[in-house]
Parts: sequence; structure tokens; C-alpha cells
Amino acid sequence: MSNRLINWFKYASPQSFFPLAGKMIPYFWLLAAIFALAGLTIGFLLAPIDEQQGEGYRIIFLHVPASWLSMFIYLVMAFWAACGLAFNTRLSGMMASALAPTGALFAFLSLWTGALWGKPMWGTWWVWDARLTSELILLFLYIGFIALQAAIDDPRRADKAGAILALVGVVNIPIIYFSVNWWNTLHQGASVSLTRAPSMAAMMLWGMLLCALACWMYSIAVALMRVRTIMLERERHTEWVRALLADKE
Amino acid sequence: MHWNSLADFLAMGKHGLYVWGSVLVMAGAMLVEPMLIRRSRRKLVERLKRQYRAERSEAQAARPVHTRRSPV
Repeated sequence: MSNRLINWFKYASPQSFFPLAGKMIPYFWLLAAIFALAGLTIGFLLAPIDEQQGEGYRIIFLHVPASWLSMFIYLVMAFWAACGLAFNTRLSGMMASALAPTGALFAFLSLWTGALWGKPMWGTWWVWDARLTSELILLFLYIGFIALQAAIDDPRRADKAGAILALVGVVNIPIIYFSVNWWNTLHQGASVSLTRAPSMAAMMLWGMLLCALACWMYSIAVALMRVRTIMLERERHTEWVRALLADKE
Repeated sequence: MHWNSLADFLAMGKHGLYVWGSVLVMAGAMLVEPMLIRRSRRKLVERLKRQYRAERSEAQAARPVHTRRSPV
């Protein structure tokens, strides 16, 4: 019986996770490329024009995935931060730090593509409405997390301080998600929802979902790349990092 | 295929600037991010190797002369 159980905690140690992550990265790149190719082909070559918004609506294939990922990465980051606080595992803090820059990038891209979509459709790059403002706060939370960690020299203390900031900031995620229902905003309501049928053509929906999957796989690949660098940096005094780099000489 | 010509495709109705402005920035960011990570990793590995070499030669120098290994 015990032989059949996989020891998951084995991979909670940086030494055994490092080579595993290295092996997984190319597969996630491959998946990201396949999903991106499929999603962009559907979104930009095959999907029909939108009745109300003309061709400009195609920004949706970038804007929605970027926005979803900016929120989802924050939740994953907060999850790892919480694990780090609760179990004091080394890897958790490293995962949280590895995710933050990618989350910040997607928050920025969400705002950027949103501005470029808002200008032709609403006539303005920016309004201080609930959806846009809470997404901007998300970007600031990411930047605050990165800056706070960078300001503390001891990595374990930096992890703890960052984790508390990340956990407090989680309250912002439902605010972003439900802002279009709770307040009267210029931003349109959800195009896709878990509780009702999507309000868009099947082709558009598929394009959007595939692009979102591509962004998801990209995020995993990039986060694994970054966590490996963080591992080398933080574990530089250990024998396994010395041995690893000695092999490469 | 939704488009009749390449010019049609590039024009995106009247929204070419907005659509391609989004595509270029997002694609650019997603190409640059992994490149930056690779660069910082390469720099870190170089720095650590230098540091380890320095530590090794320091440790050598600290030993009494008759126990030193001859350099390879």
C-alpha cells in the first residue's frame, strides 16, 4: 500500500523541485505555443465581426485572458504565501515571489489593452469606475508586494511580510470580479460566467478560452523559470547548489 | 477565413491602431519577460561560480603550505 503513495512532500524541498521544474518548463512552453496559435487563429482569422463593436472587439482575445490571469495569479500567489506562513516551507515563499512579477505584468497588460479598447468604444482611455480602479489597485498590490520583499534583506522575513500583504490584498479580487454587478460601471458585464450561458458566439468564446489557456501555460512556464533562479540565489550556501554549478564548469 | 485581403486584416475596420497596439505590446511583453529571466539567471550563475572559486582559493591559501594541493 505504502509503495503506491507518491511522496508529494519530496518535491517541497528546493533540491528535488529544481530538476523537476527544469524538466517541466519545455512542456508548458509547447502547450502555451499550441494554445496561442489555435486561439489567435480563431480570434483573429476566423471569428466573425461583432455587431456592436466592429473589428475592435478582437482586443477581447487579449484583454480577457490578461485580466483573468492577473486575478488568478494573485490567488495562487496568496495561496503559496499562506502555505509559507502556515507550514514555514522554504519553497512556498519562493513560489509567491516568482509569481508576483508575472501577475503584475498581466495586470498592466489588462489595463493597457483595456485602455486601447476603451478609447474607440467609450471615447476615453480611462475612467475612475469600479472595475478599472480595482484592477489598478491590483497592479499596485503586486508592485507593493515586490517592493516590500526587495526592501527586506533576510529572505525569510521578506517572505513573511510579503505574505501578510498578499493575504490582506486578496479582498480586492472579489471586488474586481463582482464590481460590474455591485456598482453601475461603464465596463461591460461578464462575457462568460459559471452560472449562465455565455453571451457571445461560440467561435468568439473558443478563441477567448484558448487564448486564456495559452496565457495560463505561459504563466506556469515563466514562474517555473523564475522560481529556479530564486532557488539558486537563496540556496547558494548549500551543497546541492555548489555541486550543481560545479558540474557546469 | 473572415478577411478578404491583408489590407483588410491590418485595418481591422477602423480600429487597426487599437487592436495592433494591444497585440504588439502584449506579444512584446511576453517575449521580453522570459528573456529577462534567462539573463538574470545567467548573471547569477556567473556570480556564484566566481564566488565559489574565490572561496576555494581562499581556503587553499589558509592551509599550511605542505597540505596545499598543487593547482591543476
